Amino acid sequence: MRALLQRLARWGERRLPALTRYRRMESLPIELHRRRIYIVPTGFGVGFAVLQLVMLVGALNYANNAALLLTCLLGAASVTSMLVTFRNLDGLRLGQLQADHAVAGQPVELILSFDSARARNGVRVDLADTRTAFAASGNGTTQVKISLPTVQRGWQPVPRLRVWTTWPLGLFRAWSWLHPEQSVLVWPRAERVGPAPRAPAAQAQQTRRRLGDELAALRDYRAGDPQRHIAWKVSAHHEGLLVKDFARPQSRPQWRLDWRELRGLDSEARIARLARWLGEAQAQRHGFSLWLPGNELPLGSGPLHYVHCMNALAELP
Amino acid sequence: MTSASIPSRHAPVSTRTFDLLSLTTGMVLGVHVQHLPWWLGAMLLVLLAARWWQRRQHGGRVSRWIKFPLLLLLTLAIAGTYGSIFGREPGTALGVGLLVLKLLETETARDVRVGVGFACFALMSALLFGQAMTTTVIVALGLLPALATLRALEPAQAPTSLPCALLPGLLLLAAALPLTLLAFVLVPRLSSPLWGAPSPDQARTGLSDSMSPGNFTELLTDDSPALRVSFDGAPPPPDLRYFRAYVMWNYDGRRWQRVRGNGYPPAPIEAVSSISYRVTLEPSKQRMLPALDVPLNAPADASLRTDHELIADKPVTTPFSYTLRSALRYHLQPELDARSRQLGLRLPPGFNPRTHALADQWRQRYGTDDAAIVRAGLTLLHDGGFRYTLTPAPLGRDAVDDFLFNTREGFCEHYASSFTVLMRSAGIPARVVTGYQGGYWNQLGNYLLVRNSDAHAWTEVWLAGRGWVRADPTGAVRPERVTLGAAAAIGDERGWYHSDWLQGLRNHWDIVNRWWNRGVVGFDALRQRGLLTPFGVRDTDTRLLGILIAISSGLFMGLGLAWALWRRQRHDVLRETLRVLERKLARRGIVRRRGEGPQRYLARAARALPAQRATLAQLSTNYLQLRYAQDEPPPEPLRAFRRAVRDFQAARVVK
Repeated sequence: MRALLQRLARWGERRLPALTRYRRMESLPIELHRRRIYIVPTGFGVGFAVLQLVMLVGALNYANNAALLLTCLLGAASVTSMLVTFRNLDGLRLGQLQADHAVAGQPVELILSFDSARARNGVRVDLADTRTAFAASGNGTTQVKISLPTVQRGWQPVPRLRVWTTWPLGLFRAWSWLHPEQSVLVWPRAERVGPAPRAPAAQAQQTRRRLGDELAALRDYRAGDPQRHIAWKVSAHHEGLLVKDFARPQSRPQWRLDWRELRGLDSEARIARLARWLGEAQAQRHGFSLWLPGNELPLGSGPLHYVHCMNALAELP
Repeated sequence: MTSASIPSRHAPVSTRTFDLLSLTTGMVLGVHVQHLPWWLGAMLLVLLAARWWQRRQHGGRVSRWIKFPLLLLLTLAIAGTYGSIFGREPGTALGVGLLVLKLLETETARDVRVGVGFACFALMSALLFGQAMTTTVIVALGLLPALATLRALEPAQAPTSLPCALLPGLLLLAAALPLTLLAFVLVPRLSSPLWGAPSPDQARTGLSDSMSPGNFTELLTDDSPALRVSFDGAPPPPDLRYFRAYVMWNYDGRRWQRVRGNGYPPAPIEAVSSISYRVTLEPSKQRMLPALDVPLNAPADASLRTDHELIADKPVTTPFSYTLRSALRYHLQPELDARSRQLGLRLPPGFNPRTHALADQWRQRYGTDDAAIVRAGLTLLHDGGFRYTLTPAPLGRDAVDDFLFNTREGFCEHYASSFTVLMRSAGIPARVVTGYQGGYWNQLGNYLLVRNSDAHAWTEVWLAGRGWVRADPTGAVRPERVTLGAAAAIGDERGWYHSDWLQGLRNHWDIVNRWWNRGVVGFDALRQRGLLTPFGVRDTDTRLLGILIAISSGLFMGLGLAWALWRRQRHDVLRETLRVLERKLARRGIVRRRGEGPQRYLARAARALPAQRATLAQLSTNYLQLRYAQDEPPPEPLRAFRRAVRDFQAARVVK
């Protein structure tokens, strides 16, 4: 039954473009307004209407005006709730859509920024198979996190998402389709195991520990510390003697990662290996550079450099 | 950032939702409790509380090994009490019971929705037992927790306290009120019921067509309204406010009864003065229509009987209004026929010997002067040490003898009964009349409110040349019973809740009830048809009503949509000011082009008006600063900019 309904819905979308006109991609911001908000009673709403009909007939049959008044009150409240439902979506604005970094195969977390001039409750967002709900406080922006499954690296368009609500009574369901013209960049998946990059061996051995010039910390005096390292001024306020400790940032090995050196592999395997190396370099805080066909990233380090490199990998054809 | 994951379809509902549902069920139980057997009400309440506590402590459904025996027990108990599970009383009892049992298995959102729907229905069914305004308002308030429950089911909402959760429902109901009234007025009423009309209520306390000692006690302490009367002119003085209901001839030594089914026409009457008025009768489940003494005509659907009793064609189950004309001073049946004389003198043999003896004694003393004997009887009751009380001592077999010579205490029915027997013993045709006497004159509403506690019984004696004359023996004992009403006569026997100011408050409050009964409960098909008469439409049929509903619903929907679509426009002062400047320049032929930025446009304007180049350049700078330097333009420079634009006068272009 469910499958049949889904097929029917797909057919309807194909045949009746007007109903899903806004499936076309739009640029942000997208504001919901009356021409793109649809509203129908829910199953419970239909059931409740039938119940009210029974109550109406009963009240009329027994010529019981008080019961009739109550039934009318309930009916009018239900109808009024329809307007509230509509108003819960009307004027809602999807201002921004940001994506976190994600590796292919893992869900990417999207952050939707909704702007609203008034308070809203129970607004739900469906994206693919994930659902979430949020309440907007009234002034300003509400950020909604929703995760989107990813399959492969590269630019992945954000699918259309449905914003809907059954607030306040669950009798009516208003919805609107949003299809923001936005894509998220999915990073390649790193291979699980593989060889280490060809290390510049000589350079690695040369590193030795020695005292540097930069003041790193103060520590208690130990026998044998040179006298000129004692911090006299600070020690005056302290029980024992304090000694200035000097250190020199340890030089890290630098990895020059190169596409051309990975011969004998297809391009996806090369990308996977480079991704792993990049990850390891970042974790071990090495400096690294990356050469890719058509793109060369110079030596650097730090998270931003890592992001640039991964983005470059993800964008490879 | 407030966002929540959607609970799945089978996830248990939140504690708040369940609390609200329990509250709803409690309300349903509350509005039904007065017509449920007390033990059932108490058991359901305990069950509800236990379930609420159980879910709060442990959560989860109640085992079916508890649920099904309870269901069976409930059904059996109701079937045992009422003899059936169908019909209004057993049906509602079963419904309320099932609602409470439904709570035992309520866990998911779907269960809650079913429960709420059922609760709404159960609330409505409470109104089948009474349509009083207070009941209706309480039942309508019962919708609040129901609506709040439905709201609580929605995901992701701002947290509120329990009382605050009820408030939006109240707002919704208030907003729905105009549409409610419209629908109420315009929904076509059925002229005849689709299925069986409701079974008449079990005997309510009210006047009955027989009178035996103690009959009235319950009635005289019943403060509920019986009828409301509005007069065309001034109301009659208090001592003439006698409302005739039943005339009783037959006495068997203990009880008085009407003569049923005599097909004689109404007794002839010569009216000296008469008055017309309108009565609204509360549902009495009886056919009798009380009328001010003595009614001259009968309303539609009713007939005037021999003794000027008004009997309706069918029992009065909804508030019933009728217009009448009554004689206040009259000669009723100046010529007494043989049959009436015989009926009016008949007494059961072998009862009340002392009364007979006293009557014989009077007859010998006064000869043929009937009026003197009546006076003697009233004097006896006035001076003979009689006491008015609602809790008299019980009377023996010779009830009248006992009353007149031993106990000497009682209330209207004792007095009327004894006096009538006394008169008959003396050979004067006499009969007992029951009805209402007195009432409260509501100054504000200009109507007379007669309560059940104003029920009264008096005697009519037939005197030659004058016809039937009212003789109120109770008035002889307690004159204030007639002039001030029943409450004054009872005296100190009233409870604290009968204190004067409270009674006054109740009497004033009655005007609201009257309005409710007239405007809401009594709004029937006939009233509806006459609805548009003031607008020149004679007859409102169903089709017209349908059209009216359609038109006015459209109107309301339009209003609602206007509200729903209305958006607050943000007022941009800076933009408005620039527009003013643009208009001034456009008058000199410098029109801002499509897609032209303000800087470029004002630069062009400065070139076109060389005389004002400096001013325009300054305005342009000011505008750009106000617009782009901050998010919101600061108020003081903005005012200065507006002033500058206002003072700006574009000079003529030198061509």
